[in-house]
Amino acid sequence: MAKKTSDHIQKPARIYYQDTQLILEGPLSNQTIPALQKQLKRMQLDIVGTIDISAVNYIDSAGVAFLEELTDRTGSTIDLLKANENGQRALETFSSRKNQKPEYLPEPGFFESIGNAVYDIKDSAINFLYLTSEVVLWSFYGIVHPGSRRKGSVIQQSYLIGSNAVGIIALLSFVLGLILALQSAAQLRQFGANIYVADLIAISMVREMGPMMTAIIIAGRSGSAFAAEISTMKVTEELDALQMMAINPISYVVVPKFLAITICMPLLVTLSMILGIMGGFVIGLTYLDLTFVSYFNETISILTAEDLLVGLSKSVFFAWVIVIIGSYFGFKAQGGAAGVGKVTTSAVVASIFAVIFLDALFSLIYMI
Amino acid sequence: MSNAVIQIKDLITQYGDKTILDGINLDFYSGQVTVILGGSGCGKTTLLKSIIGLVSPTAGEVRIFGEPFGAADEAHYNTTLRRIGVLFQNGALLNSISIAENVAIPLEQHTHLDHSLIDTIVMTKLHMVGLDHAANLLPSELSGGMRKRAALARAIALDPELLFCDEPSAGLDPVTSAALDNLILTLRDQLNMSVVVVTHELASIHRIADRIVFLDQGKILFCGSLAEAKTSNVSEVELFFKTGSF
Ligand SMILES: Nc1ncnc2c1ncn2[C@@H]1O[C@H](COP(=O)(O)OP(=O)(O)OP(=O)(O)O)[C@@H](O)[C@H]1O
Ligand SMILES: [Mg+2]
Repeated sequence: MAKKTSDHIQKPARIYYQDTQLILEGPLSNQTIPALQKQLKRMQLDIVGTIDISAVNYIDSAGVAFLEELTDRTGSTIDLLKANENGQRALETFSSRKNQKPEYLPEPGFFESIGNAVYDIKDSAINFLYLTSEVVLWSFYGIVHPGSRRKGSVIQQSYLIGSNAVGIIALLSFVLGLILALQSAAQLRQFGANIYVADLIAISMVREMGPMMTAIIIAGRSGSAFAAEISTMKVTEELDALQMMAINPISYVVVPKFLAITICMPLLVTLSMILGIMGGFVIGLTYLDLTFVSYFNETISILTAEDLLVGLSKSVFFAWVIVIIGSYFGFKAQGGAAGVGKVTTSAVVASIFAVIFLDALFSLIYMI
Repeated sequence: MSNAVIQIKDLITQYGDKTILDGINLDFYSGQVTVILGGSGCGKTTLLKSIIGLVSPTAGEVRIFGEPFGAADEAHYNTTLRRIGVLFQNGALLNSISIAENVAIPLEQHTHLDHSLIDTIVMTKLHMVGLDHAANLLPSELSGGMRKRAALARAIALDPELLFCDEPSAGLDPVTSAALDNLILTLRDQLNMSVVVVTHELASIHRIADRIVFLDQGKILFCGSLAEAKTSNVSEVELFFKTGSF
């Protein structure tokens, strides 16, 4: 039965012109209209008085839209008397004459958009600083009053941010150490300076690559997760619900992440440093004919407490930047699932950018 | 006449340039169930959110329990919120924790009750909405109607003096819907709770409404008792009570 109906809708329709009358035959459906429009284009219409749809056996909403467009364009009328009952009902139901125009907001002009952009930047900056201060404030409050957090939330977050990232960070750092050593080995060898590969790897992993590599991985893994989680909570009104229970969303959602990442980041960075050095070590032993003892001693002798401190303190700042940017974008989300996707991407891009920028800044500061 | 728990004066709320609420003047009285009625998109949810401070009104004043109410005065806002329960249109349960934990949150945050007591209260509230069997499920494991009921259980966890419900019975079958209505009436009688309900269900309105506020295009079209509403000659109100549609 269903098949039969759709068959008859898809049968071709016909249009022809006779004594100022446009005569339509067959079904007028979203399937047949395109062919009709083609036929119509080839026809020469002089004066059209009425449109006869007495031989039309089926009209859907596309058919009605087509007829209305046709009458508008030719200045004709539809001969309603001849239309069958079904056709009249369709014209009544699907008529677009009663439609209201959707509201369009006027597009802002060039100068107006520049002005808006400036205001946006100002607002964003204020919101960002506000969020930062709130996070810091509530974190200290959270440390002093551990009861204000949900039990186990910091541990749970540490697990998500820290434990789950151990494998990937270890692997990538090891490979990074391997690559760094391999790249420099060829050069150092020419001068017989094989042993200095240990210095190079130790310094670069501890001061630069370890913290940076870890921060970029954590920005990708956890920064995106923060933004996604918070923005989802926003679009599903969970944040509103928290506020209605007189629970500060920042203290409930962001502070556990803030505390957890502050603990986890230095640990992960330490892991990354060790694995990176081990990567260099493998190249040293195999390709540069160094001994275990000489490599180990060289590494220990070149590293100072200051190097370690620089690396670890940097990593804490990276961690904070990642949490705050992730949360900032999360809170900024608007409009359903699409909004969640958008802010997640932005959060990752922005936090990786911020990490690298901050790293450059630190390098400058330490140079001076 | 009982005294006003919520007083709204010249409330105007806009989203961008679009005016959603246009000069609302309204009082809600203690111990009454007030139903807010109106077509979809006419601003009922916006009115609720403006009252509870989730949307900041462009102009006008909201007083709750006789004091100005709004997110500006944070300390006062938060203490007052403890006396208020809100059921959101979409439930807004925290998705990462179970139903029972959701209901426990307000109790843990705002009371010093010990855990066994909190557990008992949580189970009582869940029982009141007919969800005791689902206590340990996550919100994502519930049906839409169950989520609504769980959210109601959370809204009444602290036995608030003032309860806001945005379409509590949407998506519920008639039997459950009637049970929820009875629950609202019980709470009103037992705790002298004042309840503000947004609903379209004619049957539900007949059961619970003490007072009716009819909203249309951001303005109040009608405000009065259920009996007055039924005999009202405002055409939209008349039509609604005759046919159940707007
Ligand atoms: N966040 C928002 N931003 C912009 N406009 C909004 C927003 N939320 C709602 N609106 C607009 O406000 C108007 C009123 O919305 P509201 O949610 O209050 O309607 P409602 O009466 O609760 O409808 P329903 O019965 O469908 O829930 C709508 O026209 C909607 O387009
Ligand atoms: Mg609504």
